[in-house]
Amino acid sequence: MTEPVLRVRDLKTYFVTEGGGTARAVDGVSFDLYPGETLGLVGESGCGKTITSLSLLRLIPEPPGHIRPGSLIELEGRNLLTLAPRDLRAVRGNRLAMIFQEPMSSLNPVLTVGDQIAEGAIVHQGLSRRAARARAMEMLQLVGIPDPELRVDDYPHQLSGGMRQRVMIAMALVCHPQVLIADEPTTALDVTIQAQILELLDRLQRELGMAIMLITHDLGVVAGTADRVLVMYAGEVVEGASTPDLFAHPVHPYTEGLLASVPRLDRPRERLSGIPGTVPAASAWPSGCRFHPRCPHAWDRCRQEEPTLFEVGPGHTARCWLVVEPARRRGAAAP
Amino acid sequence: MSGARWFAVLAVIAWSALAALVLRQRFERRGADHRGPGRRFVRARGTLIAVGILVFFATVALVAPLLTPYRPSLQLDIVRLQNAPPSWGHPLGTDLYSRDTWSRIAYGARVSLSVGTLAMLLAATLGALVGAAAGYFRRWTDAVLMRLVDVGLAIPRIFILLVAAALTTHLPLATLVLMLGLTSWFATSRLVRAEVLSIRERDFVASARALGGGAWRVIFRHVLPNVAAPLIVSMALGIAQVMLLEAALSFLGVGVQPPTPSWGNMIAEGRDQLATAPWTTIFPGLAIVLVVMALNTVADALRDALDPRQETP
Repeated sequence: MTEPVLRVRDLKTYFVTEGGGTARAVDGVSFDLYPGETLGLVGESGCGKTITSLSLLRLIPEPPGHIRPGSLIELEGRNLLTLAPRDLRAVRGNRLAMIFQEPMSSLNPVLTVGDQIAEGAIVHQGLSRRAARARAMEMLQLVGIPDPELRVDDYPHQLSGGMRQRVMIAMALVCHPQVLIADEPTTALDVTIQAQILELLDRLQRELGMAIMLITHDLGVVAGTADRVLVMYAGEVVEGASTPDLFAHPVHPYTEGLLASVPRLDRPRERLSGIPGTVPAASAWPSGCRFHPRCPHAWDRCRQEEPTLFEVGPGHTARCWLVVEPARRRGAAAP
Repeated sequence: MSGARWFAVLAVIAWSALAALVLRQRFERRGADHRGPGRRFVRARGTLIAVGILVFFATVALVAPLLTPYRPSLQLDIVRLQNAPPSWGHPLGTDLYSRDTWSRIAYGARVSLSVGTLAMLLAATLGALVGAAAGYFRRWTDAVLMRLVDVGLAIPRIFILLVAAALTTHLPLATLVLMLGLTSWFATSRLVRAEVLSIRERDFVASARALGGGAWRVIFRHVLPNVAAPLIVSMALGIAQVMLLEAALSFLGVGVQPPTPSWGNMIAEGRDQLATAPWTTIFPGLAIVLVVMALNTVADALRDALDPRQETP
């Protein structure tokens, strides 16, 4: 297999809270991202998805946050955590880019969209204003905005939500990055626009050959676009598998819960089940398995010992004692 | 004063009125449902008169030699023209040294307006830089800069200026501008810092950093343009304040040095003849009041027009 373009090992991002406690928002996340693939990162609000993505760009506000020593974020063989600020800036937006959740607030209201798209090209490639403007128009064309020569001088408030998200994508892709982090790129949009944006990302990925890390809480989005999926809970990866495998054979009870809470067209109509409770506070993760207070199968071992990521099948891992003791599963047939 | 000069003065008045009207036309003509800041600005009460007054004095300052019959420091006839009341030849009278008051007001406009504007530009630049640095970098940068500002605000400005002026015998105009500018930025930096504190948390700042922008690039390209509205308003008010301060200093004899005319030192020189030749103080006083009021009116209108809370996206 080819070399991964992005390797993350044991990423720990902690925040010191007001009371002197420590919130372990991201606690030992590891994954590889291969060129040209789409990796979905799924989980509830507060599970550490966004902090993970901000950590990759080292955009965590410090203080109160910090990335623990021992963590590794390696992009194309270089550890981003040890880069000097100048070298780090040369990576941001150039090799590793990010599109943000909220397309209105992520665009500067007082600059034209053309100026904002051109900025990356001016910073990283030293383009002249004129050349950068031409590049901005090219990018607008690429992301499917009609009349780029007119739109280039528009301000963000003159565009619709879907167009703004297209502009955000154009901004992120202006330097043809190897890795694109998309943090909930479609959450603020309605479903038809959402489908268009996902299709656009898919097309651009094929044309430019970049890897996409798609962060979302929407399993439907993941099912349609991602090659592999990581499920996060309480700052940890709890399950990772290829997308078809995960949807067909979820192992972790949390993944099962997530899947059960999505309405399906291909099943008879029934009441949707939810996962009881909410994600606990990051400053006080439960002992043992962090999911045990909400897990329908939990027994004593889950309360005391923290499970590691067990290999379930080829490329499929899960952080659950049920992998070791399948008989403990409620409702499972006795062996 | 000759007929040609009278005509020139009338032309300047007409031009000022025309400039104000053109401004209104320009912003009123936009589509009927357009409610941009420009339209709100020209709709505000008194703005057009204020703009007209500012254009008038600015033009007078620019073309002073064309509008005035005499050099401002020329003593015409110390015997017959001392404290002469207004007449056709001397529309605003003459002063104790038989100098033409109108000529002195016109040339004084150059000094007073340019000192006020330049000092405020310096102050606004400093205030914006310090405020942006403090608000954006936070931590010790913020602590050090803001304590500095606290000190600056705690010491009465006029006191610093009096001490500085007392230490030098002759104060060049450039030094006066520098002194006024260097002591006027404290409040501006506070204002800018407060704005920057809220803007730095906005998503587009994170987005700009994610695209690889360095700190100062982000500050100049993304943060400061969003502070422009309150900064412009505070500059308009600031010019008025600095002009008053310059007038006060000149009145006390430590500002603009005679025989260079400034509106402040004209009042100072005329104060002994207040009862016998009131025109030597009333007219420069009127000029100060008109310009300061016009600047305040414009600042008010700008604040209303640029207030984002009224903006309909």
